[in-house]
Amino acid sequence: MRKRRENIKNHELEARVFRNRSLVAALVIVLMAGALVSRLFYLQVIEHDVFITRSDNNRMRVEPLPPRRGLIYDRNGKLLAENRPTYNLTIVRERVDDLDTTLQRLIDILDLPEDEVATFRERSRQRQRPYQPALLMSDLTEGQIARLAVNRYLLSGVEVEAQLMRYYPDPIVMSHVLGYVGRINEEELAELDSGDYAGTHFIGKTGIEYTYEDQLHGKAGLRKVETNARGRVLRELDRDSPVPGKDITLTIDSRLQHMAYDLLDGRRGAIVAIQPKTGDILAMVSAPGFDINKFVTGISYDDYRALQQNLDLPLYNRAVRGQYPPGSTIKPFEALAALQDGVVKPNDVIYDPGYFQLPNDTRRYHNWLRWGHGRVDLERALEVSNNTYFYTMAYRLGIDRLSSFMHQFGFGEVTSLDVQGAAPGLMPSREWKREKYNQVWYPGETLSAGIGQGYFMATPLQLAAATATLANHGHWVRPHLAKRIGDQVIEPPFADTKPDVQVNQARWWQDVYKGMEAVLQGSEGTARKAGAGLQYEMAAKTGTAQVFSLGQNQKYDADELTERLRDHALFIGFAPVEDPQIALAVIVENAGGGVSGLGRELTDAWLLPDGELKNRPGTTVNEEVESIDGD
Amino acid sequence: MAIDFQRVAPRTHRARVGRKRSIWLRIHLDPWLLSILVLLISFGLVVLYSASGMSTSTTMAQASRMGVALLGAIVIAQFSPVTLLRWTPVAYGAGLLMLVAVEIMGDIGMGAQRWLEIGPLRFQPSELMKIAMPMMLAAYLHRRPLPPTWRDLLVCGVIVGVPVLLIARQPDLGTSLLVTCAAVFVILLAGLSWKFIVTLVAMAGGAMPLLWINMHDYQRQRVLTFLNPESDPLGAGWNIIQSKTAIGSGGLEGKGWGLGTQSQLEFLPERHTDFIVAVLGEEFGLIGMGTILVLYLLLVARGLVMANNAQDTYGRLLAGSIVLTFFIYVFVNIGMVSGILPVVGVPLPLVSYGGTSSVTLMAGFGILMSIHTHRRLLTH
Repeated sequence: MRKRRENIKNHELEARVFRNRSLVAALVIVLMAGALVSRLFYLQVIEHDVFITRSDNNRMRVEPLPPRRGLIYDRNGKLLAENRPTYNLTIVRERVDDLDTTLQRLIDILDLPEDEVATFRERSRQRQRPYQPALLMSDLTEGQIARLAVNRYLLSGVEVEAQLMRYYPDPIVMSHVLGYVGRINEEELAELDSGDYAGTHFIGKTGIEYTYEDQLHGKAGLRKVETNARGRVLRELDRDSPVPGKDITLTIDSRLQHMAYDLLDGRRGAIVAIQPKTGDILAMVSAPGFDINKFVTGISYDDYRALQQNLDLPLYNRAVRGQYPPGSTIKPFEALAALQDGVVKPNDVIYDPGYFQLPNDTRRYHNWLRWGHGRVDLERALEVSNNTYFYTMAYRLGIDRLSSFMHQFGFGEVTSLDVQGAAPGLMPSREWKREKYNQVWYPGETLSAGIGQGYFMATPLQLAAATATLANHGHWVRPHLAKRIGDQVIEPPFADTKPDVQVNQARWWQDVYKGMEAVLQGSEGTARKAGAGLQYEMAAKTGTAQVFSLGQNQKYDADELTERLRDHALFIGFAPVEDPQIALAVIVENAGGGVSGLGRELTDAWLLPDGELKNRPGTTVNEEVESIDGD
Repeated sequence: MAIDFQRVAPRTHRARVGRKRSIWLRIHLDPWLLSILVLLISFGLVVLYSASGMSTSTTMAQASRMGVALLGAIVIAQFSPVTLLRWTPVAYGAGLLMLVAVEIMGDIGMGAQRWLEIGPLRFQPSELMKIAMPMMLAAYLHRRPLPPTWRDLLVCGVIVGVPVLLIARQPDLGTSLLVTCAAVFVILLAGLSWKFIVTLVAMAGGAMPLLWINMHDYQRQRVLTFLNPESDPLGAGWNIIQSKTAIGSGGLEGKGWGLGTQSQLEFLPERHTDFIVAVLGEEFGLIGMGTILVLYLLLVARGLVMANNAQDTYGRLLAGSIVLTFFIYVFVNIGMVSGILPVVGVPLPLVSYGGTSSVTLMAGFGILMSIHTHRRLLTH
């Protein structure tokens, strides 16, 4: 029996052992199933709230809705800055099977030039949150979009996204007025309200875009969306619409602006025109301009370097930052100072031998006409721009009184309301020199200041503003670029306006105007050529600013000097004298002289009913504006 | 289950068989097993329809695949266990040869290699081993008096060790562990002494560090991620976190069929294959999970009953091992998806989308029915 058990199978026993073992197994299975059930109970009942929250967080995302940036129009309703849909190429790497193959396909499809391929590849590797699209290329052409659409099935993870981008229809002539928007940089990001700027990629960097950033931008909205794991939006659950930015209408007349830019004819210079009664800046040109659209999409390194290294400094806003010696253009203001301070009477005659000498000094301060103008009174002094007369006035006034009176006209100060980057210029004074150089003021420096040279510096905007104030009989209106922001009309009086310039006798204004009219129409007027056939009364003053200082006895010869060392030519003026509609300042760098014609052409265009302005494009574009406004 | 199991005690059963040979026995099928299988497969297809994003084509493909597999099981059930026993060494030998072939091709082709291509057919030898291994062990132990002796265990060790090592080298850790499981169940059911079992478990515990050293980086990564999924929420831990979130957010009653946000919005990875049970948990809640678990347990219970009714050692051991291994699949898959086991890439049997493993499983159930229905009336 025992032997049999050892060698031969005992079926009864084996069946029993198996039964026992399978009972144990069944028990273990029940225990394991119990473990699973408890785990499921833990997840689905006890921790249910945690996981339902997590699952909601998974699928729901709050997305910012960037506001539409306000549009910018000129005073006639011509569109100057708009938002255009552009198409960007993005890639979600997590969805791409083979990045290298996909990139190579894209490079072929988009027909990218060799030099852009490297940037393209680099962008695809930029660090991103998982499942967030990385921007590969902006501003796709229609052809590229079509080719991408055709090859879509080959390009998983690649998307074409629409985005509104700033576009300036008139980018060069308006460059310095509008400024431009660009991508928000880290510095700006730190200062911005992250809620208001959620989803916004661009911010005003210069010009109007910068000054009125708050109004133009608007307020971001939000929407709650359901997304899948790839971040694709499937459904909108909730929405808080954005508040669009306000549209801005400028005081600029784009026709006048264009005309001014054209008149500068490729030369370096600036023209500012102001409507004296309202302070509206009708034109503000700095030439050469540059293509501001390039700055929106992100200017290429080469383009930027070319702009920076351009000797003509296109990025430099000469109209508001260019500080030039104002030269003889300050003489009308100085004449008023002398009258007001009683150092001269309108009819007082001063003899000009061709030079002025300070008492007890042998140095001769020359008139521009070496042999002198002889007998000059105030009117003739302005007409012929006599230096000796104004050396005398400056000497009699002294720098302190001269400086403080010139300040009343805004020299040495920023008076504009909303012009970004406006420079204060420099109205020198005794204190200024002591502080700056710790030196005493020399009487000879007063004489230089008296003919707008030496330390004296003014910007074209300041000259135009002072001219407008002069035209207004001393009434100050702050020059400004915005005419309407949304529903709000921007009009004088403005806060912090300078006090009006007061003179004891109102007819002194007329005395100065008369001298300035003679500049154009007197037989000896420095701008008599430009003034020929004038159909209205206009007051003006010419000026030159020395770039290259001459020695005591050297004679100036424009031909001998290289172009860039020639004098800057200046012109100020306003018209009509009785009811001034336009005041302007013109500066053409290294022109040597003869820019009065530019001023005359502009006033003609502005004032004459059949002037050139009427024939320029952009007279009435309101229909076009409405259609754009509609979308 | 326990009640069911006791009621059908072998002695009474034998008497019943003697009284009437039912139609089912004559066509060598088991109505209980088949009904539970059909219920499970149907429920699986319902879940798959939702998990595949309401894809009719995917669901139909799976349905026809399961139909073919079921047909295969029915065909296999027609062979008697004696035939199976006779062919066992051939199946095992063929499986071993193919594993070696894969190994050699893997060396040439570099990297992971699990498939063997013979003409247009792609075949995974490790799948064959899942069946051939317990068959071979059962066949060996069938000839030996039980419980197994030390010498028997040594032989078993060789029978198990060679193919398991080859599979592990592919590398396919999940399958090699499951094949080992099937083998271990055969030996345990054969009556291995408890003393020995305890010793083995202790040794296995000691071998853990060795296993760790020999693991591939991605395998170690899976274990580490399992231990702390939050450490890499967007990378390796993503699967576990998302599946737990899916199951947990389902709650008691679930979000409704086709309404699971985790599943439908593609947060859940491999949602129609290895992680399909998370879709079930999310959309049908604890109730749905309970239902499928009950179905699995019924299947296992019926299987164990059938195994106990087998007439010889070969049949008993093979049937028992098939049933227990099946449950291990269920346990490992649900355990992994619910975050109590590492992610090892085991599909949920009869529910996950995919053909190979379903065919193997169904073949197992075919063998089970064959063992159960081919009986000679034995007298002692």
